[in-house]
Amino acid sequence: MKTNPVIDFIRKFYVYIILVIMYAPILVLIAFSFTDTRLIGSWNGFSLRLYSSLFKNEEIVTAAVNTFAVAFASAAVSTILGTLGAIGIFYSGKRTKAVLEGIGQIPIMNAEIVTALSLTILFVFFGVKFNFLTLLVGHVVLTIPFVVLSVRPKLMQMDPNIYEAALDLGATPNKALMKVIMPEVIPGIVSGFILSVTLSLDDYIITAFTKDPAYQTLSTYVYGVTSKKGTLPPSLRALTTIITLLALVVLLIANHRSKTGGKKTHHNR
Amino acid sequence: MKDNKNIIIELKNVSKHYEQTYAVEDFNLYVKKGEFITFLGPSGCGKTTTLRMIAGFELPTSGEILLNGKDISTLPPYERPVNTVFQRYALFPHLDVYDNIAFGLKLKKVDDGNGRMRKLTTKEISEKVRGALKIVDLEEYEDRDISTLSGGQQQRIAIARAIVNEPEILLLDEPLGALDLKMRKDMQLELKEMHKKLGITFIYVTHDQEEALTLSDTVVVMKDGMIQQIGTPEGIYNEPANAFVADFIGQSNIYSGTVIDKLKVRFLGHIFDALDEFDKNEKVDVVVRPEDVKIVPPGEGMVNGRLVSKIFKGIHYEYLLMVGRSEVVIQDTRNLDIDKEVGIIIEPDGIHIMKKELTANVYDDAYIDKNNNVVISDCAFPCDVTQLVPGSALDSEGYVIGPDGAKYDFTDADVKATIGLDQIEILDNVDEGTAQGNVVSLIYKGDHYMLTVRTEEDEDFVLDTEYTYDEGDRVGIRVKPEHIGLTLKGEAGKYVKK
Repeated sequence: MKTNPVIDFIRKFYVYIILVIMYAPILVLIAFSFTDTRLIGSWNGFSLRLYSSLFKNEEIVTAAVNTFAVAFASAAVSTILGTLGAIGIFYSGKRTKAVLEGIGQIPIMNAEIVTALSLTILFVFFGVKFNFLTLLVGHVVLTIPFVVLSVRPKLMQMDPNIYEAALDLGATPNKALMKVIMPEVIPGIVSGFILSVTLSLDDYIITAFTKDPAYQTLSTYVYGVTSKKGTLPPSLRALTTIITLLALVVLLIANHRSKTGGKKTHHNR
Repeated sequence: MKDNKNIIIELKNVSKHYEQTYAVEDFNLYVKKGEFITFLGPSGCGKTTTLRMIAGFELPTSGEILLNGKDISTLPPYERPVNTVFQRYALFPHLDVYDNIAFGLKLKKVDDGNGRMRKLTTKEISEKVRGALKIVDLEEYEDRDISTLSGGQQQRIAIARAIVNEPEILLLDEPLGALDLKMRKDMQLELKEMHKKLGITFIYVTHDQEEALTLSDTVVVMKDGMIQQIGTPEGIYNEPANAFVADFIGQSNIYSGTVIDKLKVRFLGHIFDALDEFDKNEKVDVVVRPEDVKIVPPGEGMVNGRLVSKIFKGIHYEYLLMVGRSEVVIQDTRNLDIDKEVGIIIEPDGIHIMKKELTANVYDDAYIDKNNNVVISDCAFPCDVTQLVPGSALDSEGYVIGPDGAKYDFTDADVKATIGLDQIEILDNVDEGTAQGNVVSLIYKGDHYMLTVRTEEDEDFVLDTEYTYDEGDRVGIRVKPEHIGLTLKGEAGKYVKK
C-alpha cells in the first residue's frame, strides 16, 4: 500500500505534536523566568533576579499565600463532605441514588458564572458580609462534585458485601466505615483532594464574586493588574514556574504511590 | 421431637415483604445445636433473604427469630453470635490473610475472669489465627495478599475468618457457587469434615440439590418464599411432599394419577400397587424415580412401551421409554437396544403418591366490569355472567334477566373466579392473549407440562400444556368464556336493578 508521507509523519508523531502544543507555552514561560527582561522574547543572559524580586513583591506573595490558604482549606472541607456524600449516595435506595447523582452533577454541567451569581445573591439576601468564609463556601461548592465523582468509582469497584462482612465480624457501622470502606476509597479521596486543590487554585469567577474586595488571590491579582496596567510584572513568570514544578512533584508522588500501592508486609506478633 | 434445650435457633412466623412482593412468607423452623441444615431452592425462593435475617442484615417484616430462646430479630449484626461466609467471599482486599482472619478477634472483648471485659492479646489472636488457618489447610499463607490467592484459597480464608470467632452458628451463603466442579466436590467433603470437627451449627444456602443432599442433616426446600418440605436428605428424596420437591430434588417421572382403591393407583394406563394411602377416586401426583423402574422382556412387565433413546451416563444408561404418549425416564446399567418393545416393572416402594397441589386456579378478588367481563389481575376476561343467576339470560343491553324477570346489573360485583388447569390456552403470540405473563416454572408430568405463568401484577395462572416452554418465556393466555366458573360474593339480590 502506498502511504502519504505527511499522513505517515502525523501518524507516527501525533502524540508528540499534541504534547508540544500543550506544553510549549509553559516551557517558554519557564525558560524566560531565568532572565530578567521585561518582555518575553528577548534574552539578556541567565539571571535569578525575577525569583528574588518575586519574594520582595508583597502583593504577589500575599496573593499566593491567600490562594493556597483557600485552596487547601476548601479542598479539605470538600474532601470530607464529598467523601461522606459519595458513601451516603452509594448506600441509598435505587431511586434516591438516581436523584442524588443527577443533582450532584448539575454544578459540573452548569456554567460557573451561574453558580457564582447565585451564591452572591444568596449571600446578599441573607446579609452576609463577604469575607474569607464566603470565599471558602464558594470554593467548596465548586469542588465538592469532583470529590464525589472521584470517590464514587472506588466504591463501585468495591465488593458490596465487605461492609456487611465487617458488621458480621463485630464492627459497629462507624468502625466498619473507618476500617473497611475508607481504606478501599482512599485513592479516590486523595485524587479528589488534589483535584479540588488545583480547581480552587486557578479559579477566577467564583473567587471574584464571593471574596472580600480587599482580599486578593493570584487569579484576581493577575486579572486586576492586566486590566489596569496592561502588562504583567515579570516576576509572575517565576511564580508560574514554581507552581508548575510543585504540580509536577505532586504528580510524581501520586504516580509513585499508586505503583507501589503503599505496601507494608511486617506484622508485629 | 422438639426438645427446647437442644434448640439453638428458632424462626417463628417470619415474613419479609418488600413493598408489594413478599420474599419470605410465614417461615417456621427450629434448628438443633450442631445440626447441618440447608436451605435449598431455585433463585428468588427466599433462601438467602432468610439467611440474611438470621445474620441481621435484614429485619423481618413480622415474626421473631429466637436464639437460645431470646428474641434477636432486631439485634444488629455486630451483636449476634453468628458469622457469615459470603458467596463472593467479601474478603478485605487492603488487608493480608492474617489481618483478614484477625479482624473479628481484634474487635472482640472477653471476660478477664474478674467480671471485666478486655481485648484479646496479640498472642491470643495470633494463636487463634494460626489455628483457623490450620483448619482450612493454609498454614503458610499468613502474609499473603488476598489478590494473590486463587478462588478456592480465598474461600478457605473466608471460612477461616468466620470460624475463628467461634460463632454459635455459621451461616454459609452459596459458598461454593463460584468454584469449579472438581474444587466444589473437594470443598463439600472438607466442609462436612469441618462441621464434624467444630461441632457448631451450620446453616447453608444453596440451589444445588446434590450439594444439599451430600452435606446436610436436614434440608429445607423452599419455593416462592414458602417452605415446601423439611426433612432429612433421604426423606425429601424418597418421600417428596409435592411435585415441586420431587422435580427439584433428583430426577423424577411425575404423573397425574387416580386412586382406584385403597393402596391402588392408576397411571400410565395401568393400576399399580402402592404403599401410600389416599382417598378413593382422589386425583394425585405420582412420582417414580428413574432408578426404580425395572426393564423386563416385553409382556413380562406391568406396562409395555418402546425404548426411544439411550444416553451413556458413566455408571448407567439413561433410557427414554414411551408408554402411549407418556414418557418414562429409566436408569439401567445394561446396554440395551433401542427402538424395541420392552416391559417395565415398578415395585410398590418405588411409587410415591402425593396430594395433587392444584386442580384449578382460584381467584378470590376478581370482579365484573361494566362490559360483563371478569377482571383478574387487571385483565378483563370475557365470561358468562348468566351463571350467577340460575336460569337467567342476557338482554340486548347486557343486563342479566332472571327467570322471574328481575333485571341484574353486576357491574363491580365481587366474584370468585375458577379456571381449570386444562382450560387455559397458552399463546406464543403474546398480544393475542387476554393476559400476558412470563413462564416462572414448569414441571414435566409424563405426557404434559404443568406451567405457571405469572403476570406483572404477580398473579399466577397454572395450566397444563403439551408444548414445551422455557422459564422466562413471555406468553399470552386466553380462556373461553364458558370455562370461567364464577361465584358471587354476597347475595344476588343487591344487584337487582330497580
